Amino acid sequence: MKEMDSGKGHKFRKDLILEIAFRKILSLSAILVILLILSIFITLVIHSSPSLKAFGFKFLFTKTWDPVLNQFGALPFLVGTILTSFLALIISLPFSISASIFLGEYFREGKLSFLVKSLIELLGGIPSIIYGFWGLFVLVPVVRSIQIKLGVAPYGVCIFTASIILSIMIIPYATTIGREVIELVPSEIKEAAYSLGATRYEVIKKVILPYASSGIISGIILSLGRALGETMAVTMVIGNSNYLPRHIFSPSNTMASVIANEFTEATGDLYLSALVEIGLLLFVVTFCVNYIGRYIIKKYTITQ
Amino acid sequence: MRDEIYKRLLKDKLFKTVVIFLSFISTVPLFFILFHLIKNGLSSLNIEFLFNLPKPIGEEGGGIANAIVGTFILILISSFLSIPLGISAGIFMAENRNSKLYKIINLLVEILQGVPSIVLGIVAYLWVVKPMKHFSALSGGIALAIMMLPVIIKSTEETINLIPESLKEASLALGVPYYKTILFVILPSGLSGILTGILIGISRIAGETAPLLFTAFGNPYMNLNIFKPVESLPHLIYNYAKSPFSEWHQKAWAASFVLILMVFTLNILSKWVIRKWKVRF
Amino acid sequence: MGDKEVESKILKIENLNAYYFENHVLKDINLQIPENKITAIMGPSGCGKTTLIRCINRLHELSPGGKVTGKIFLRDENIYEMEPMIVRRKIGMVFQKPNPFPTMSIYHNVLSGYRLNGIKISKIEEERIVEETLKKVGLWNEVKDYLHKRGTFLSGGQQQRLCIARAIALSPEILLMDEPTSALDPVSASKIEELLLQLKESYTIIIVTHNLQQAARISDYTAFLLMGELIEFDKTEKIFTVPSDPRTENYLLGKFG
Repeated sequence: MKEMDSGKGHKFRKDLILEIAFRKILSLSAILVILLILSIFITLVIHSSPSLKAFGFKFLFTKTWDPVLNQFGALPFLVGTILTSFLALIISLPFSISASIFLGEYFREGKLSFLVKSLIELLGGIPSIIYGFWGLFVLVPVVRSIQIKLGVAPYGVCIFTASIILSIMIIPYATTIGREVIELVPSEIKEAAYSLGATRYEVIKKVILPYASSGIISGIILSLGRALGETMAVTMVIGNSNYLPRHIFSPSNTMASVIANEFTEATGDLYLSALVEIGLLLFVVTFCVNYIGRYIIKKYTITQ
Repeated sequence: MRDEIYKRLLKDKLFKTVVIFLSFISTVPLFFILFHLIKNGLSSLNIEFLFNLPKPIGEEGGGIANAIVGTFILILISSFLSIPLGISAGIFMAENRNSKLYKIINLLVEILQGVPSIVLGIVAYLWVVKPMKHFSALSGGIALAIMMLPVIIKSTEETINLIPESLKEASLALGVPYYKTILFVILPSGLSGILTGILIGISRIAGETAPLLFTAFGNPYMNLNIFKPVESLPHLIYNYAKSPFSEWHQKAWAASFVLILMVFTLNILSKWVIRKWKVRF
Repeated sequence: MGDKEVESKILKIENLNAYYFENHVLKDINLQIPENKITAIMGPSGCGKTTLIRCINRLHELSPGGKVTGKIFLRDENIYEMEPMIVRRKIGMVFQKPNPFPTMSIYHNVLSGYRLNGIKISKIEEERIVEETLKKVGLWNEVKDYLHKRGTFLSGGQQQRLCIARAIALSPEILLMDEPTSALDPVSASKIEELLLQLKESYTIIIVTHNLQQAARISDYTAFLLMGELIEFDKTEKIFTVPSDPRTENYLLGKFG
């Protein structure tokens, strides 16, 4: 140790400086991230303010979106967003719940489980633009023929088509959450039910699903959050109409898709500001939905 | 009594059948999409397609080289911006669970994870494109970097949390300063997890279009200057798909095939990394 | 040598108080550890024995909420006035669960105290240290052909010996051991105990243990802690046969467990 003690003076000073510098860099990174996220919100607010000042709360209830007259109301897009997202949620629900039960209960391991899990994961990895592209060229003609049969205007592009594409896109996400929650159900309570003579279906219906219910609900809410923000796939198949949709076969626009379509064309500060305000709305809405979803999951895991 | 049991068993079988059926149907769209991609796109896929620049409409041939290069440039910019910051913040979060700063940053990172990518495109436009007065690869890279950041932070934090505390203490007990303990003991042990997070982040942003619509914008020519607009694979697909030209539709199918190949490869790579390099304690 | 052996005290603990957030976990500890002997620290769970040794190598203050007051003299220097990193190189520690660095080879694990601290030594010196320490811990013959493999293929007992080698490679004066055999099987545990008996010729060993038989087997001196207080400290032989304090006696009779 003697050899190491000599000459230690400046070496330890250097170590001390590096030590302090390192810790400072770490906390600085954290602060930077915090500032970044806060500035995102602030930027959106600042650049929405012309529109906020001009229209106030009426912005949410006005259905006119007229760039020529500089009249902007977001109602058509709110309606479009809500309709597509909720419809997508409803369509996807039976599939994601089934897949969650399939992977979480019936087939937890083995080749079949691996296969289905991988396929669903791959599905979740497909970029949104490809979904939109495929939807435009494959799904839209199909919907068009349905519309002809139903006697509705055969646009092909409409809320219905967007909802279908959205539902396919959220199935992988919802399935992952649902599967994890179902896997976590303790085997003790399942065995208790079996030992009372219940069939597997009854155990799933009366024990597993109730136990996992908050996790499943959380998964549903988080999928909703995903659907709300989905842009490209929706833009390509929703028809891009700025009027209030009359039914699910009407072309429409969502908050995300109107931004995608019109942002680069927006001349004039008010026009741009209105679009930024829609972006701000999206930010706030997705934040609330995600927060609620995660809050439920957190509460749920504590009571475990 | 026997009737009742019989009914219950029937319901049980029926339920299982329905679950299996619906689960398989959930996977069917994948096959449809891949089928159409291959059917429509494979014919246009050749070396020329991958290495040439687009030709004006009406002319034969042409390729997507500028889009492929552009996607790589955007990935590079985004990684350069988000990886160092993300890893540092992730280390901070793993090492300072009890601090007040932790609660704040945890909440904000979760918020960021849920922000739609198009909103980030708006922000990047307002921060970079508007002041610069033109579109640029840099602005697109910034938007993508903001998208990638929470992925990297979370995966770094989770990876480091999985490393047993006794490892850190063993190093400290040898008199090793804290910063060396983190850099030379903890981070190497968590390398596979962090790398996986990076690969997953890249595979997510590689397919993103929305944030690029008004930042990187698009460019019919090859461009290596980060201060100028640049084409990317997803954006090219969007452009071509919207157009009225069937030759461009054809190219869009082929480009989609390339894109999906890229994304799938990154996904498989990330799984392989975790398997091969995972350090067991 | 008569009853009064004049041994040098390498470590003098004076009025040591330790806190964990608001909990007062060590209360006014005064203790003198003799050199080149094995001192066992025993007591029921939660009595503060682990905290005590973590104060000796200044690891306690790194835990969130950890606070220490008092003095600990290593020979004549108060370790709380020294640079913590120097303290930790002079006072090594071995942990309960073997924790060799998983990304380093056996060779580099032994030398990790040097490499991580940026202490430069020649290749010849490196190899000498590796061979010497691995021989001291009785691992040399088992691993000499696998020095560049990662240590994770070793058994629990071998890994623990590797951790001891890693600690003594820095030639510390004191070796702190926190229940070093409680995670091992009985055969490996007894091998480690034999090793400690050999090592005490070169190092002073302080071992925390909840295994009374182990303390009786290998230690020269024993300290008994209860609820943060030092109840009794004396030669092991005396404590285990005629303890002075009734609380010590109760513990030994299994009342506290």
